Amino acid sequence: MNNNLSRTISPALTVQQSLVMAYRGLLKVRRTPEQLIDVTLQPILFTLMFAYLFGGAIAGNVHAYLPIIIPGILAQTILTGSVAIGVNLRDDMEKGVFDRFRSLPVARIAPLAGALIADAIRYVIVTVLTFSMGYIMGLRPHAGIIGVLEASCLVIFFAWCTSWIFAFFGVIAKTASGVQGISMMILFPLTFLSNAFVPVNTLPKPLKWFAEVNPVSHLVNAIRTLLEKGTTSNDFWLSIIGALVIMVVFSFITVKAYTRKAA
Amino acid sequence: MKLSEVAVEARGLVKVFGQFHAVDGVDLHIPAGGIYGVLGPNGAGKTTTIRMLATLLKPDGGSAKIFGYDVVKDNHIVRQLIGLTGQYASVDEKLSATENLIIFSRLLGLDNREAKRRAKELLEEFDLTEAAKRPLAKYSGGMRRRLDLAASLISQPALLFLDEPTTGLDPRTRIQMWNTIRRLVKNGSTVVLTTQYLDEADQLADRIAVIDRGKVIAEGTPDQLKAKVGTASLELKLSEDEHLHHAKGIIQRLLQVEVHVAGNNTITAPMQDPEVITDLLLALRNARIGLSAVSVKSPTLDEVFLTLTGQQTQPNYSYEQ
Repeated sequence: MNNNLSRTISPALTVQQSLVMAYRGLLKVRRTPEQLIDVTLQPILFTLMFAYLFGGAIAGNVHAYLPIIIPGILAQTILTGSVAIGVNLRDDMEKGVFDRFRSLPVARIAPLAGALIADAIRYVIVTVLTFSMGYIMGLRPHAGIIGVLEASCLVIFFAWCTSWIFAFFGVIAKTASGVQGISMMILFPLTFLSNAFVPVNTLPKPLKWFAEVNPVSHLVNAIRTLLEKGTTSNDFWLSIIGALVIMVVFSFITVKAYTRKAA
Repeated sequence: MKLSEVAVEARGLVKVFGQFHAVDGVDLHIPAGGIYGVLGPNGAGKTTTIRMLATLLKPDGGSAKIFGYDVVKDNHIVRQLIGLTGQYASVDEKLSATENLIIFSRLLGLDNREAKRRAKELLEEFDLTEAAKRPLAKYSGGMRRRLDLAASLISQPALLFLDEPTTGLDPRTRIQMWNTIRRLVKNGSTVVLTTQYLDEADQLADRIAVIDRGKVIAEGTPDQLKAKVGTASLELKLSEDEHLHHAKGIIQRLLQVEVHVAGNNTITAPMQDPEVITDLLLALRNARIGLSAVSVKSPTLDEVFLTLTGQQTQPNYSYEQ
């Protein structure tokens, strides 16, 4: 047992350990399915509400509004769904079991990455439900099912990368409700001050500037182009690069914060 | 590779929380093999010390080595050598015992089949097979502790930290836990356990460090610690209380010490040499003073602890048997 002490953990082992932690996350979802309520109800409720509320005013009628609003709702609800990771991590880390994870010879990133990987199931649920609602209400994207699949992959990838931001808050915050508060403060301006619900050119100048540089706008544009034309626009690549940058920066500082107090 | 003979070597460990010196220069030298007890009241710094040794907390001062590996610099190696059972169950409440053990086994690098086998073995060993599939929320305190201990043993660690393994358990479960801990040591592990129960340290530990206010105030075998108080203690119960004063005089003359009267017919006195008891009993017989009970005891760790920490008492220091 003791003749093979190692000093480091290989990347392959890190991935494997993260997957074990993801399996743990999924088991917990199966035990407490009620934690999926937000990602189940929100896409249904928001799609109905916003489409009928703004449809007439913004696009003349609900049907014409659907190609605008569905990508917007999708981006908004999936990002709202990614906030939960911070709250859940905070909750989880306060329990004794995290002491054991910390005392095991396991990659420090594994418990965090595992939780985030398991959370991808939430993004899949949001995506499937939002597109289903859209279909029921009459959305027929020109790029067909392929476009829908491509857009789904993009938005899930984007949400997964940005969820590291909220994981970071989960690790540094003192209480779960604190995480919720901070995260919402960031999320609301990001999702509403974008092109998700309204055309940007109706906005006053400073807001317009913000909405145009807002990564959520790029994401929403990329989804719209994928659905309507089936092509990858500049916005697509900007979204991918933006998401990757967020993930690299935040996964790094999150792991740093996680190991800061420990030896 | 051969492990060092010294399981734990800590020098001047310090941990400060704000203004509070939770651990204030702790030195420990724990040889490999056997059970080492860390004894102290609530808030003495036991848990903080263990958390530093187990790489969960970074020391603010001093250093510690586990089998020669530094807990900060070589933390990944240290984690391969230790098992930790925390004060609060370090297992997942929402999952079943089997799922918990499988997840920990997989994290430790066992493949799926090995992990299942190891989980089954440990559940049998710790008598948890029947409850294996139930979520832990339905477990009793004793079952949870057993599972916790089982989880610490997956990798058969050379050094096992048990942080107050029996706090809150009923007396019967406590004795079961003691037997389990003794069995572990027979298999060659080193166990470091913290406790606030004096009888627990006395029963289990080969050596004890007494910690109070973040410092080690005494260290040695249970017998050495008892010897620090220096005397045996004598207790006499008279059959008739009217002789109390007379008896007190005789004892004081023979033992040359101050005696204490407890109740109206019991006399206690510290004693350097248990041999004097013969003279004392003869003297009492000659004075026609009847006795209903006599006892000579080594001092309990309770007395040792109170002597060492300067007589401060808190209601939950000792455990009622």
